[in-house]
Amino acid sequence: MKGYTATLKSGEAIYYIDRKRWLWTLSVLYPVQPFLGMWLHARTGQPGWLLLPLLSGYVIAPILDWLVGEDENNPPEAVVPQLEKDRFYRVLTYLVVPLHYASLIGAAWWAATRELPLWAFFGLAMVAGIASGLAINTGHELGHKKSAFERNLAKIVLAVPFYGHFWIEHSRGHHRDVSTPEDPASSRMGESIYRFALREIPGAFLRAWHIEKERLERLGHSAWHRDNQILQSGILSLALQLGIVIAFGWSMIPFLVVHNVFAWWQLTSANYIEHYGLLRRKEANGRYERCQPQHSWNSNHIISNLVLFHLQRHSDHHAHPVRRYQSLRHFDDLPQLPSGYFGAYLLSYVPWLWYRVMDRRLLALPHVAGDLDRVNIQPGKRARIESRYRHLLATDET
Amino acid sequence: MARHRCPECGYEYDEVSGDDHEGYAPGTKFSDLPEDFVCPDCAVIYKEDFVTEQRSAT
Ligand SMILES: [Zn+2]
Repeated sequence: MKGYTATLKSGEAIYYIDRKRWLWTLSVLYPVQPFLGMWLHARTGQPGWLLLPLLSGYVIAPILDWLVGEDENNPPEAVVPQLEKDRFYRVLTYLVVPLHYASLIGAAWWAATRELPLWAFFGLAMVAGIASGLAINTGHELGHKKSAFERNLAKIVLAVPFYGHFWIEHSRGHHRDVSTPEDPASSRMGESIYRFALREIPGAFLRAWHIEKERLERLGHSAWHRDNQILQSGILSLALQLGIVIAFGWSMIPFLVVHNVFAWWQLTSANYIEHYGLLRRKEANGRYERCQPQHSWNSNHIISNLVLFHLQRHSDHHAHPVRRYQSLRHFDDLPQLPSGYFGAYLLSYVPWLWYRVMDRRLLALPHVAGDLDRVNIQPGKRARIESRYRHLLATDET
Repeated sequence: MARHRCPECGYEYDEVSGDDHEGYAPGTKFSDLPEDFVCPDCAVIYKEDFVTEQRSAT
């Protein structure tokens, strides 16, 4: 296994081996799970196997996270420049791009050409949607990088779930506005994921469109100019999905609708849990304070991190958005989710359970300390939250 | 004409060349960029937090 040598400031020489190096291939393999289901279906004749990726996402991954546990290891800062330069890690993010195309086309072909009961047909559309939700994760890792090659790959992979605006929206919108009431991609205390989705999905698109329109206006173009990066990715999406309909028939229209919505729902789920209730303070000049590590929820659960390109080390990502996944760090005393993302998604789908687990954690954070003024709170919910959590709130009496 | 560097990611705004992707023409002064300008690469550094480097030549 490849090791790195470096010299610390103290003069001490160190040798570092990244034990997760090869395990990152899981982030490449996880999105091709639909093929595993198809293979098992072909071997056994049981269409139920097609739903295996739903089981692995919603049951097996949370259990494995719980069994395998957490990893707080960080690479020593002295080797990070070498780690960032090591092509192995970035090649993995390139390799997964065509696999996302293959997963959607393969699943669509299977759904169109086998005699499937209706539940298996739409189940397979959901399975393809989960894989394409991971395409948004791949596009996320690639889109934050500075090279034109990686940015273009981001736009290409985001075309699979028809989410090309994400590249603009995420960096220039979400990262700028994160953990503020203005951010449609940061959830508020007392806001259920279902209500959040209705604010997030259109809000994110409109923000991206607005940012791109402003850029094009500065260039002297209309919003509908061919340089519009949202339209470019959209045309690629249209070509891909129209191609699927032409190749495999009309039944692909409902299949693709379910696929797209379910892929978006994966991102909505991640956005919902990543900044729930967290709030940046406004400074005297009217700007929000710079996003601090305490403005993101994190998880160090190994399994879910390994299939998500370390997305769950979210605080370091927001503090240093250009840092590559292999170098993201854990820090002590950060807001921690009770489980990896997959388990947390499930929790969020049952709002009362989510509030029960998370509101307490939120109010107990050192920088919040029971002060609702330090919380991004759903308008109209404050009175109800105050009375429900009276015992957890800071009092003015002291 | 000065250069302005993002302290987080190293992006450089050079007033001589502007930024053609972002639509800032060559010669556009950093002070003339919009008030809500954030680093085009990392998007977490506001305009006032950029580091200014005076050019020695030209
Ligand atoms: Zn920057």
